[in-house]
Amino acid sequence: MTATEQRSGTATERAAADTTEQATGTSGADTPAGLLRAMLRIRRFEEKCAELYSATKIRGFLHLCIGEEAVAVGVVGALAAEDAVVSTYREHGHALARGVPMTAIMAEMFGRSTGCSGGRGGSMHLFDAGRRFYGGNAIVAGGLPVAVGLALADHLTGSPAVTACLFGDGAFAEGEWHESANLAALWHLPVLFCCENNRYAMGTSLAREHAQTDLAARAASYGMVSWAVDGMDVTQVREATTKALAYVRDSGQPCFLELRTYRFRAHSMYDPDRYRDPAEIEQWKRSDPIPALTEQLVQRGQVTTADVEQWEREIGQEIAAAVAAADAAPLEPVEDLTRHLTSTGPGEGSAS
Amino acid sequence: MSPRTATATHRRGRKASAPPAPTATATTYREALREAHREAMRRDPRVFLMGEDVGRYGGAFAVSLGLLEEFGEDRVRDTPLSEAAFTGAGIGAAMRGMRPVVEIMTVNFSLLALDQVLNNAATLRHMSGGQLSVPLVIRMTTGAGRQLAAQHSHSLEGWYAHIPGLRVLAPATLEDARGMLWPALQDPDPVVIFEHGSLYNLSGHLPADPGPVDIERAAVRRSGTDVTLVAFGGTLGKALTAAESLAAQGISAEVVDLRVLRPLDDATILESVARTHRLVVVDEAWRTGSLAAEVSARVAEQAFFELDAHVERVGAVEVPVPYAQHLEEATLPQVPGIVEAARRAVGEDG
Repeated sequence: MTATEQRSGTATERAAADTTEQATGTSGADTPAGLLRAMLRIRRFEEKCAELYSATKIRGFLHLCIGEEAVAVGVVGALAAEDAVVSTYREHGHALARGVPMTAIMAEMFGRSTGCSGGRGGSMHLFDAGRRFYGGNAIVAGGLPVAVGLALADHLTGSPAVTACLFGDGAFAEGEWHESANLAALWHLPVLFCCENNRYAMGTSLAREHAQTDLAARAASYGMVSWAVDGMDVTQVREATTKALAYVRDSGQPCFLELRTYRFRAHSMYDPDRYRDPAEIEQWKRSDPIPALTEQLVQRGQVTTADVEQWEREIGQEIAAAVAAADAAPLEPVEDLTRHLTSTGPGEGSAS
Repeated sequence: MSPRTATATHRRGRKASAPPAPTATATTYREALREAHREAMRRDPRVFLMGEDVGRYGGAFAVSLGLLEEFGEDRVRDTPLSEAAFTGAGIGAAMRGMRPVVEIMTVNFSLLALDQVLNNAATLRHMSGGQLSVPLVIRMTTGAGRQLAAQHSHSLEGWYAHIPGLRVLAPATLEDARGMLWPALQDPDPVVIFEHGSLYNLSGHLPADPGPVDIERAAVRRSGTDVTLVAFGGTLGKALTAAESLAAQGISAEVVDLRVLRPLDDATILESVARTHRLVVVDEAWRTGSLAAEVSARVAEQAFFELDAHVERVGAVEVPVPYAQHLEEATLPQVPGIVEAARRAVGEDG
């Protein structure tokens, strides 16, 4: 993204317009200020989630993407409304960037009926069919074959949609990835494979899980166009994604992006993080995508510290409202437990 | 049991009340399945078939022979040996509005796709709070009897029938082979169809334009008054043969074909037990944790006081299915074993 693509209005106005809850989260969130605000929104949301986890408002597994926001905003925000997203269990950022309402996400983590999965999914299984956000898959690489199938349907019906599939470096070791990559390349399917390489499969480092750690090079061996991208730089991620999407749409072929990033927090709230050198984490924090871009934009005069302060206030209010709404939201009635098991409603699952 | 024997017993099993209509045509189970696919693809452009060797080869069991030539490569798709990927692709395509039929060569191979079936196909609707629908049909071969040894011969229908969110079917007759696919494709939820390998050559007659069959109910294939034999898929023919043998010994056996393995049609089973008061469940799977165990438990829970004898189960010996013919035969439920179990139930033996 270049400075010439800026729009009129103050940075704050532009960014606020870009990142409030929209149908897809895509419209206009492409100004540098918009990207920055979107990342900040995810960061603050997740910090709140960690706090609420400690307060036992959120339970189960909670996987935070703090440090990886540039991938969520750079990739997911570049998609068109008709495109699909298939994600993983570390997907709060992806869902927010897609425009899934923060209130629905928070309510889901509170296990409420107003949650985006009716309280049946929780943090790992956020869904929003209307926005073509297909989860929230907690089986590492389990979403990839489904993404290939969504793209197969588009291929068969002549739809211009692209299916973006986000997964991690851990998934790259799974057979389902290799099967899916081969199938998408073999059948010329419009899939954008986005490998969010944060260098750890839970507690196992890249070098301890892969004989060849250059994942982009390995993906290329399937005959796919394949690029490695600095996943800590949102503008680079956005540019690469935009190019990749154009390529997939024009050619009907899959494309692979390796987004090299890092999570600053532990794998989950259960993880004591014994396997990483604190110095390594500190080193990566120097590439934190949010302060780096803030500084850059302030220096260029594209954003002021007052803008950032105002975003913080707005985001804080949005989060507070989401928490309050989740707290007040009803629980799904236990009588509805077997609802949605099949299309015919309750009954089948209650057979005893 | 040879296919010819199976044919004969199946004809008798249909109560001999419906002799072949004048327009009936001779067919086989395999051809009936093929015709079901042909009809589905003609009627609905969203239907397509994919799996290993379904196209050029014509299907590992020749079910899809000729379909590639008729419908083209978009709709009859040869896949790589990637069970997880092509099953998952079926799930994704179904979610996006297509009506895929995924063929998996055998139930043993389907274990490579079990993640997709359980964690996605059966789960997505509920886990998403009802937002997603997976109208996918998965077909696969099951069962032993062809000396294919321990990695091509198992009967794991019960594993699939364990999973909430799936409908599981076991066509054991020509009518069901011909008629189950279309209603399965109309189901907004995933349906798994098990074809027992010994049935493909089953022959008989079908009307020229047979209608669809229900995919809800079990069927009484032979009426009787003394003992109920519950069977499905590959064991139906054996149960019907056993019923013939029992009739010659003066014991009137009713044979219930489960047809639908999930959700189980309790009512038909319970009604039969209420008539006969004795139950033998025949299942080619290992007994432990099997469908036979489930049927037995349901009858014990819901019709305990109808029973005049304890429930008998005839299942496979709990070993991996061996290659040698005599060992394989000894592993599987056979007609004499079913007859003995029924005689015990009515108090004639043991």
